[in-house]
Amino acid sequence: MAEPVTLITGARKGIGRHLAEHYLAQGHRVIGCSREATDLAHAHYRHATIDVADEAGAMALFASLRKEYGRLDHLINNAGIASMNHSLLTPIDTVRRVMETNLTGTFLFAREAAKVMQRAKFGRIVNFTTVAVPLRLEGEAAYVASKAAVEALTRVMARELADFGITVNAVGPVPVQTDLIRAVPQEKIAGLVARQAIKRLGTFADVANVVDFFLRRESGFVTGQVLYLGGV
Amino acid sequence: MSEDLTQMIIAATRDLAAEQGVEIDGTLDANTRLFGEGGLLDSMALVSLVIAVEQALEEKYEVGVALADEKALSQRSSPYRTIGTLAAYAAQELATRRKGKSG
Repeated sequence: MAEPVTLITGARKGIGRHLAEHYLAQGHRVIGCSREATDLAHAHYRHATIDVADEAGAMALFASLRKEYGRLDHLINNAGIASMNHSLLTPIDTVRRVMETNLTGTFLFAREAAKVMQRAKFGRIVNFTTVAVPLRLEGEAAYVASKAAVEALTRVMARELADFGITVNAVGPVPVQTDLIRAVPQEKIAGLVARQAIKRLGTFADVANVVDFFLRRESGFVTGQVLYLGGV
Repeated sequence: MSEDLTQMIIAATRDLAAEQGVEIDGTLDANTRLFGEGGLLDSMALVSLVIAVEQALEEKYEVGVALADEKALSQRSSPYRTIGTLAAYAAQELATRRKGKSG
């Protein structure tokens, strides 16, 4: 099978859904996952209903992926949750939940994906961070901490996986109109946009463009990098 | 079970050595040291072997097993230090996963 095999977490809605449709349109075989079922139907799309931080669920997903496709070219580690709250008012359960999805989920999927990719000595892993990390955004301490950890993970795994021909990079979008920011007050978003060099919301196409770049075969010499949108 | 796993690991080690152009002197058995002093493999090759064993287990027993361990690179207590200790560790993890799957 010549078509690339691409796994996208958090593919039911938002950026993940857009990327699933984007890569299906380019002829990829796409496997998506999310905690809830999807309405995306396509001959080359498979969906798994799992929590990205659930090891047993992830193992079963990778086992079926290996069986059906025998390889994996790309992992887009998009699944993420946010929590808008002052640190002094944030319940510990929220911190754990944010860390579980954003950090543990990213780690688990990168670990299992790399095991499949190393056989072919080729792979591309793209993680998701946020401009809220370099902006040290107040009111999102747990979310920002989880994404800072994802950036560190990206840089270390890039070194550990380089000999296997696998690159690991991260994209840091500015706010894009999705459910993730629906609950964020309008003035908060405006304040964040004002700190960007290019003062507008991000679009799905802006994010897809960076992911496209990281996935390209020609990008094999680009690893351990974090690319922020909007000139942050 | 453990003997089956030992043979599976020996086969995986031979495949990996052939793939990486490593020469193996003599026979491989449960006492063969995999890494560390006098070991067959460097740390990268050890990672590849553990992944190959995970995938062989999955193919044979149809259950996903992650042979991840805190003591992975400890010279004294790593479950990966010899073919025999790796087989014993794989048997234990396999039993845990199968129990989890049926229960």
